[in-house]
Amino acid sequence: MAVPLLQLKDLSVAYRSRRGALRAVRDLSLEIAKGQTYGLVGESGSGKTTLALAVLNYLGKDGYIESGQVLFEGADMAALDEAGLRALWQGGMAHVPQNPFTALNPSMRIGEQVAEAIALNSEIDAPEIETRVLDLLAQVRLPDPARVARAYPHEISGGQQQRVIIAIALGRQPSLLVLDEPTTALDVTTEAVVLDLLRELVRDRDTAALYVSHNLGVVAGLTDRVAVLYASELVEDAPTKELYRQPLHPYTRGLLDSVPRLGQRKDVKPLQGIEGQIPSLTDLPSGCLFAPRCPLAIDQCWEERPPLDHPTPDRRVRCHRWPEILAGEVDAGRDAVEPIQVEDYQPETILTVEQLDVQYPIQRSLADVLAGEPARYVQVVDQLDLRIRSRETLGVVGESGSGKSSLARALIGLVAAEGGEVELLGVQLPARLDARSTETLAHLQMVFQNPEEALNPYLTIAESLRRPLRNLRGMSYAEAQAMVPQLLESVRLPAEYARRLPGQLSGGEKQRVAIARAFATHPDLLLADEPVSALDVSVQANILNLLAELQNEHDTAMLFIAHDIAVVGYLADRIAVMYLGQLMQQGPAEIIFDPPYHPYTEALLSAVPPPDPFVKQEHIRLSGEVPSAADPPSGCPFHTRCPRFLGDICVEQEPPWRETQDGKAIYCHIPIEELQAAQSPVLRFNGEGD
Amino acid sequence: MTTTTNPDLASESAAPVRGQRWLVSLRALLRNPAHTAGLIIFILFLLIAIFGPMLAPYGVNEQIVEDARQAPSAAHWFGTDRLGRDVFSRVLLGARDIFSLAGLGTLVAVLVGTSLGLLSGYRGGLFDELLMRFFDSLLSLPALLLALLLLGTLGPSRQSVLLVIIVVYIPIVARVVRSVVLSVKTRGYIEAARVQGESSARILFREILPAVLPALAVEAALRFSYAIFLASSLGFLGVGVQPPSPDWGLMVKEARDNVSQTPWALWFPAGAISILVIAVNLLADGLKTLFRVED
Amino acid sequence: MARYILRRLAFLALTLVLTSLLIFVITQLLPGDVCRVILGREVGEAASQACRAELRLDDPALVRYGDWLSGFLRGDMGLSYSTDAEIGPLVAERLGNSLMLAGFTLAIAVPLATGLGALAALNEGKWLDNLISVFSLAVVGLPEFVTGIVLIELLAFRVGLPANSSIRPGTGFFEALPSLILPALTATLVLLAYIARLTRAGVLEELKQPYVRTAALKGLPRWVVILRHVLRNALAPTITVVAISFGWLISGLVVIENVFNYPGLGRLMVFAISRRDLPLLQGVAMVTVLAFALANLGADLLYAALNPRIRVGE
Repeated sequence: MAVPLLQLKDLSVAYRSRRGALRAVRDLSLEIAKGQTYGLVGESGSGKTTLALAVLNYLGKDGYIESGQVLFEGADMAALDEAGLRALWQGGMAHVPQNPFTALNPSMRIGEQVAEAIALNSEIDAPEIETRVLDLLAQVRLPDPARVARAYPHEISGGQQQRVIIAIALGRQPSLLVLDEPTTALDVTTEAVVLDLLRELVRDRDTAALYVSHNLGVVAGLTDRVAVLYASELVEDAPTKELYRQPLHPYTRGLLDSVPRLGQRKDVKPLQGIEGQIPSLTDLPSGCLFAPRCPLAIDQCWEERPPLDHPTPDRRVRCHRWPEILAGEVDAGRDAVEPIQVEDYQPETILTVEQLDVQYPIQRSLADVLAGEPARYVQVVDQLDLRIRSRETLGVVGESGSGKSSLARALIGLVAAEGGEVELLGVQLPARLDARSTETLAHLQMVFQNPEEALNPYLTIAESLRRPLRNLRGMSYAEAQAMVPQLLESVRLPAEYARRLPGQLSGGEKQRVAIARAFATHPDLLLADEPVSALDVSVQANILNLLAELQNEHDTAMLFIAHDIAVVGYLADRIAVMYLGQLMQQGPAEIIFDPPYHPYTEALLSAVPPPDPFVKQEHIRLSGEVPSAADPPSGCPFHTRCPRFLGDICVEQEPPWRETQDGKAIYCHIPIEELQAAQSPVLRFNGEGD
Repeated sequence: MTTTTNPDLASESAAPVRGQRWLVSLRALLRNPAHTAGLIIFILFLLIAIFGPMLAPYGVNEQIVEDARQAPSAAHWFGTDRLGRDVFSRVLLGARDIFSLAGLGTLVAVLVGTSLGLLSGYRGGLFDELLMRFFDSLLSLPALLLALLLLGTLGPSRQSVLLVIIVVYIPIVARVVRSVVLSVKTRGYIEAARVQGESSARILFREILPAVLPALAVEAALRFSYAIFLASSLGFLGVGVQPPSPDWGLMVKEARDNVSQTPWALWFPAGAISILVIAVNLLADGLKTLFRVED
Repeated sequence: MARYILRRLAFLALTLVLTSLLIFVITQLLPGDVCRVILGREVGEAASQACRAELRLDDPALVRYGDWLSGFLRGDMGLSYSTDAEIGPLVAERLGNSLMLAGFTLAIAVPLATGLGALAALNEGKWLDNLISVFSLAVVGLPEFVTGIVLIELLAFRVGLPANSSIRPGTGFFEALPSLILPALTATLVLLAYIARLTRAGVLEELKQPYVRTAALKGLPRWVVILRHVLRNALAPTITVVAISFGWLISGLVVIENVFNYPGLGRLMVFAISRRDLPLLQGVAMVTVLAFALANLGADLLYAALNPRIRVGE
């Protein structure tokens, strides 16, 4: 067999820190063949970014290779001097990092930055360089390469920035691309376009790639093989399809069970999250690192670190119990979560939103005001109507800039709506939070997106939990204090957490406290704004289930906002799709994944990378960028990007709401029947699936 | 070359348990020798300021005419000046002078500045707008210029210097506090507090104030060092504290005329100012590292 | 860019109006009779009346402010109360001297300090960095009158540089140069530490940015990464620092000019205060503020020119 392109041999990487060496990658071996796309999956703290940087031999001043080797084309990278390393970066391997904006020099034109990458390894003159730059920008399918070359990074969109980064990487014709979460910062429809591009480039150029990601969907659709990392260790490594078909490590199984598939619902097939959280690198268990969270852990797992075995010549797994798992004798998903069933009830409308307008003023300078320039606004929510019935979950899905968060903030009163009416339980709500009664505050509560910011770092958990009880339920200090253990228990946290400060809790635990706090007043309606998007996959599932359970217990209705349509589909009873401040489609959750769709919903569904290599997906891509909300398109807001654009009518007239018989409503000029005839289901499942 | 923070290590930060926090902080401060030196010298000067009158062998303006212009000796550790005053005693007693002047000035400026900054940052609106425009124009005058303008009208005196310190530093403290308030105000936990029906007063003092304190501690230390600097500079220019008080800056000015005869009368007070200011600066630097306050 | 300049100019005008108002208020409207302040308490009624008439204190304050400001704009700052001389030419001459000293100082301090700061940042944690850091922490705490006197004692007599300025009206730059060296050196010492510290912080901040990694992983030589990427971005904030230090210099010079008996604005100001010459004080203050504001404007424009995000956006 030929020498692999990249070979990692028993690699351990550590960082110097105040508390001694932190080993972020341990005893890791891996081989990437020429032209192969290798996925590296792990949650935060798994060591995946460190591994990517170690491959590039760019660990920073505190990081170092503790033991083992990185061999590129058979040569040990540790033996390279600075010039050798530079030569390698110039031609051998290239890096595509997560956040494209910070990865580009803010004060240098794009063209110049791309030129730097190609002018090095070839003796070519200026006009030739310019041609090559434009050619590269065209290859990554940037519209109008000449304009982009002249632009500064902040003048182009995030998706375009990432394409520039890819162009820079390709400029050196590398034989290995190290991609570290290259699409994580992008919206899903933009992500789909960038992923298509990557897939094509890797295939056409026979470039090998190490693709680091936390997203099981992206990896499923892009890679030949996948390695799973957990707390600095490789726990499983297999060809992509085999890994997804039959994961042998309980952690891999747990990850796959934690992400909702499109169409998976809480009342039919609940998610199975992994209990607990990833251990700290300074405090690793002595046996199997996953034992504390593993449903299959036996005594041996606590005592003895499992070896990396080969169940088949093509697979590796680090688990004592893989033979039983392979034979089907035990099942890591065994102690299943009960489906969350909602008993029958008579729904009544509790929240009515009519013609809601939310605007943010664009800052004008004093000079502009004096010059008499008119005030300008960004219209983030535009004449929106909405109804929520008691005890139901309305899911709102949309990409960034759709106005979904502003909708929640306007409902809760954190931003004052410019116009429209909001009625909760028959009472009209003042636009501003300060003007609302204590009663209203108790009825309407909110869980925020970022758990790191949800709790005041200077207040104990008990104090954070006491406040709503004292303010909104009129309890005395003693009464409120007595309730704290109960609240903690309701979100499955031990009572002794009451005395802790938020800094001592993990992200998931903080979000649990925030949820307990929101439910403390028994609200009738809970607004949840991306409550799980900042959390790791394995934690996310448990939080979603917890939300559904508490909602059921308290008979609370919920407005659940997320960018991930699979997550929304999992939790919601009804789903509304939002684009540029308006609803595009709404209806029962069960039928959102079936045609007819609004053309935007259709594109959205087609863009989501399913965590399943066996799913067939229609290929619909949106061109262009989301228009600015300061200057929204006339007629239908989606007409500038719509793949089913009809003509002038879309530009000139606002579309009508068209309804299907089963209660789906679509905001489109195309009649329902025509949509139905033209569209086929975006996703088709092969084999198993509900 | 330095790299960006590695996400793999993001969760590896130590969060001290409440109660131990101050102890942990102190230990962290003492890890750096320069910061430790700053702290020790500061405490030493503070003790001198408190116990100076007990330690000083002579009175502030006690003239021992026969001992005039003596070089440092066992009887007069720092020598005597042209008028026969004991320089050691004057330097010791000057410590109380400068601590009470700069310290009181800083304290008032920090208290008033913090209140205005909190209110202005949290309330926003017209009040904030007007106050900040006013402070901007105050700050568009270099500090010493503003001080001199005020002194020009008020006339040189100890009270004037005190007022000058207060007026000059209130806007600076208020701006620092306001900027922290503005960054904290939009945090999720403040919004959550509003949603949970907290009163403005409680949000301001219980939820926001603790976040302001680290930056405030650093700022207070810096202000104190500049206040010493300013007061002694004004003394030196002859437009601040007036003779015969043992102000170090004033002592330097007075000794300058006789520098060839009694150089010690100049160097000891000059040294005292320098050492104290540097110590307080080191301390401020230590606090800055400790609380991770950005510049 | 033109729009941006216009906006900054409007802002400058507004600031100047506000500060002039402030200066006027501080010097004129404080409690008590200004003439009492100027002349002292024991002065007779007649002298007081004459003073009031001369300063037109019986006119409404707003009218006086208007007259004063319009006079200032025409270059007419009235007569000095203590010397009866025209304030305008006096201030202009002193301003020239102060600017000469400030300019000379900046010319030495800025390249030296930014160089040292950048050097310290690029050697973060090494001995050179520690040396520069400790030195700047120590020097930043020394009052100018202390460093000035130390320099006089150390250098003036030994090297033969004048400790007292010999500058008269009409003295040219090269003739004045020996008198400039010690005061400029004093100012440089303090500025050096300040600018170097902030430059170091700025360069360290830029070094942490991911784009530095992108550049390095292109395989560019280290010096290219530093020069073309890091320093270019660190330059913009450094310019702001220099502008701020210009403001600092203006006040720092008050003390330094008095240490070296240098005939600049600062000494004129202390003279005005000691004579209770309020019209002179106003004039000096206003000119100082104008110089400071113009320096800030220059820095803002330069910053914008170097930072495309401000130039195009906003």
